[in-house]
Amino acid sequence: MKVIQIDTNQWTEGLAKLEGSYRMFGPAETEGKYPEFKELEKGDVPNLNVSNTHLSAKSVVYPQSEVMFEYTLDEAKEDHHQLREIEKDYSPRAVFGIRPCDAAANLIIQRNFDSKEYRDPYWVDAFESCVFIGHACENPGATCFCTSVGFGPFNEDGLDLLLVESDNGGFLAKVITDKGAVLAKSAGWETETDAAALEPLKEAAEAKIRSKVNTDQLAKQDAKDLFDAPIWEDIGFACLNCGTCTYSCPTCWCFDIQDEVKDKSGIRMRNWDSCMYPLFTLEGSGHNPRPEKHHRIRQRFMHKLKYYVDKYQAGVQCVGCGRCVRLCPVNIDIRTVCEKMNSYKPA
Amino acid sequence: MIGYIDKIREVALKLLNEEKVDMVIGYRQGSLPMMTEPCFVKRPEDVETLIWDSNCRINLAAYLMDRKEKIGIIAKGCDSRNIINHLVENKIKREQLVIIGAPCKGMIDNKAIALQFGQDIDEYQETEDQITVKGGGTEKTFQKVDVLQENCAICNHRNPVVYDELAGDLVEEQTDIDRYEDIRKIEAMDIDEKWNFFEDMLSTCIRCYACRNACPLCYCPTCFVDESKPQWVGKSNDPNDTRTFHFLRAFHCAGRCTDCGACERACPMDIPVRLFTKKLGKDCLDLYGWEAGLDPEQRPPLDTFKPDDPNVGMK
Amino acid sequence: MQNPYLPMPVRIDEIVTETEDKMLKTFKFVFLNKEDEERFQHKAGQFAELSVPGKGEVPIGIASSPTEKGYVKFTVNKTGLVTGYMHTMKVGDIMGIRGPLGNWYPWETLEGKNVVIIGGGFAFSTLRASIVYMLANRNKFKDIHVIYGSRMPSLLLYRDELAAWEAAGDIAMHITVDGTDDPDWKYNVGFVPTITEQKAPPADADTYAIVCGPPAMIRFTQPVLDNLGYSHDNIINSLEKRMKCGIGICGRCNIGDQYVCKDGPVFTLNTLNHMAGEK
Repeated sequence: MKVIQIDTNQWTEGLAKLEGSYRMFGPAETEGKYPEFKELEKGDVPNLNVSNTHLSAKSVVYPQSEVMFEYTLDEAKEDHHQLREIEKDYSPRAVFGIRPCDAAANLIIQRNFDSKEYRDPYWVDAFESCVFIGHACENPGATCFCTSVGFGPFNEDGLDLLLVESDNGGFLAKVITDKGAVLAKSAGWETETDAAALEPLKEAAEAKIRSKVNTDQLAKQDAKDLFDAPIWEDIGFACLNCGTCTYSCPTCWCFDIQDEVKDKSGIRMRNWDSCMYPLFTLEGSGHNPRPEKHHRIRQRFMHKLKYYVDKYQAGVQCVGCGRCVRLCPVNIDIRTVCEKMNSYKPA
Repeated sequence: MIGYIDKIREVALKLLNEEKVDMVIGYRQGSLPMMTEPCFVKRPEDVETLIWDSNCRINLAAYLMDRKEKIGIIAKGCDSRNIINHLVENKIKREQLVIIGAPCKGMIDNKAIALQFGQDIDEYQETEDQITVKGGGTEKTFQKVDVLQENCAICNHRNPVVYDELAGDLVEEQTDIDRYEDIRKIEAMDIDEKWNFFEDMLSTCIRCYACRNACPLCYCPTCFVDESKPQWVGKSNDPNDTRTFHFLRAFHCAGRCTDCGACERACPMDIPVRLFTKKLGKDCLDLYGWEAGLDPEQRPPLDTFKPDDPNVGMK
Repeated sequence: MQNPYLPMPVRIDEIVTETEDKMLKTFKFVFLNKEDEERFQHKAGQFAELSVPGKGEVPIGIASSPTEKGYVKFTVNKTGLVTGYMHTMKVGDIMGIRGPLGNWYPWETLEGKNVVIIGGGFAFSTLRASIVYMLANRNKFKDIHVIYGSRMPSLLLYRDELAAWEAAGDIAMHITVDGTDDPDWKYNVGFVPTITEQKAPPADADTYAIVCGPPAMIRFTQPVLDNLGYSHDNIINSLEKRMKCGIGICGRCNIGDQYVCKDGPVFTLNTLNHMAGEK
């Protein structure tokens, strides 16, 4: 696919042109807060100076709280107690500055939300409305390990365009899909340039990733052996079950469904949930299949590094963004746990 | 403080060898610079994994609730005060514990150091008074007093309140500190200012409950936000529900909070939730002359009644 | 494509209090829309999410057989928010059903075979569906045994039907209670595992056991079936877990890489033995 040169003026002009035909999303920084993905107000430009957003970009497609249905409990209304679908805005979204790890994460989540059997309309419709304009990582961080889990700082999975910063302050943009080509054209970004310029930059960026983890034995390990391995109490001891790892993770997809009523009008909504919380699996009888925190932490790591691996045969459910490593208050490190699982030999 | 580890390992080894305890709860080196991981040691040969430095931030009292074993535990001033809370609230029995007191000169704020350093930190070293970090071909040295966690900088109970062994000599308590400057600033705001201040402060909350889950006081079998019959609070990130959660949690901690800072440290969004608990700590001090976790024989003011209690709740 | 989270509206047509402790009620629902009724094609062993607007959803096994047309039945134990509220609802009230969900007892395999159903307590609803289904297709099955027990006679579900099945003689009914002071009690007295030992047909490749009941019953029935020589491929269990979506997406009801709501709730014991995870 072709590579386009975008200088700084073309960049600004292009963004302005796109505002008419796309809802614009990108990293935004508010004073005193961490940079996060937001829908941009008219005239705002995505902030591509951030190394990565604090939380992942998954919320663009999968908001933390999302209304699914509405209803009335007013028996005077003809359709009382009947759930109604809500009209949602799935007009095209341009998602600027998503890092390759977060973009690849969407393809992992897609396996869950868009299967042969069931199509989750909220996630899939939102996902399909997006054009993902990635931002290559020329300076990956110390806890980035994307190259160990099948991705990389210039990875193109889940992207429609990939922006690489160029010397003159503009970008080189690699066009990856037709969706990306259409967006580039609407923005007026059409100056083709030499694609060969990208390869050395990619190699240089990959070489900067120092954090490595081995995942090669995970598929071959026996799930029951790993489940029963005497490693979990030690791994889980420090865990506070705070859930930060799951909320910051770009590939964690679990949710809860809740009804909320005000006066006589109600909604059914879903909210992110976390396998770190005891309530996640507590049954009506009072029985909880995962009563202890080391059961729950085992679930999180087994899901990401074994169950998912076995179910989809598409690698681990982790893109190596390092957020959980950085944010865990007690320094439980998925890389360390992954090594323990990968190298485990049953007695 | 640097030399504590020899004594900690010596005591831990003795306790395990003599089978006085089933486990020792302490800290081990984390995978990241300036991080430690709470851990337990059950075998004498593993005491070498225990470490001690200015990154032992986590309040180990959070790991004691309802445990049945006999436990050796390392306790800074704040940890020891939370152990006293647990004793008062019957979450653990004194005879189960051998407390290895660690007189504390404060833990450092690793996030602030990382921010000031401006790039990834690969190496970390500390002396009694200085912190040196290296990375990206440069290094920087900080005076420890300049990079203490905020709650440590204003701590007035650095020495363990209760202990069986000591990892080092008792340290001088800080007396010339103003613990409540920030609270007074908020108290002085008018209603609109306060509202806006708290709105902004909580605007990034993701309702992950990390603050609650990290808190040694928050051990209710079912937290009020998780109740379904009745459901007191909605579960989305609606600002009303978020506020309700934070305010109620703070009130539940009134007179019990030791300002150990576990909540803020766990918050992935760096929301200064201590402002709530500190305000109630200040009220407890002003109204009842009370500081939490100093006396295993006394219950906190909000679960006792005295005829001369100030009548603020009734106004 | 249909939104898989959207419940179909139904009206409560009948409510029967099943047990004397009033903890179990059977709700008979009729669909408000004819096309929903036609779309709801289930097999015995499946469940559905019962949806009470304003309260939430709860996964419950379908108690009626696919051969019973024009309505669906669910027997609901009063436990939490949704089921507690359902116990206050009246005939004529509107709510929703989402389903059918999950897999079913392996009827394709069971055809032409002997079947013994072993149930205990209130986990008998999908077993009722199965019995009614097999009776409506009686010639497709060989011997059918039903061993069903509860703590006392007043806690047995579907008592009139149990008596009718017993009287009709198409299937061998072994009703039992843990104990009773009723001098007129004409059925068995004894725990389900004990009665299983006495009454279950001999094991062979053509004989399948469907076991559904409280954990203690399952735990003590298992060695009995092992002693009788039942292969673990011929023992079929139905599991319960906390569920929300019911379609294998929300992430909470997994055992290893299987979701109980979508890949189950029905598993052979042999499959379960090989699964990693909290069972």
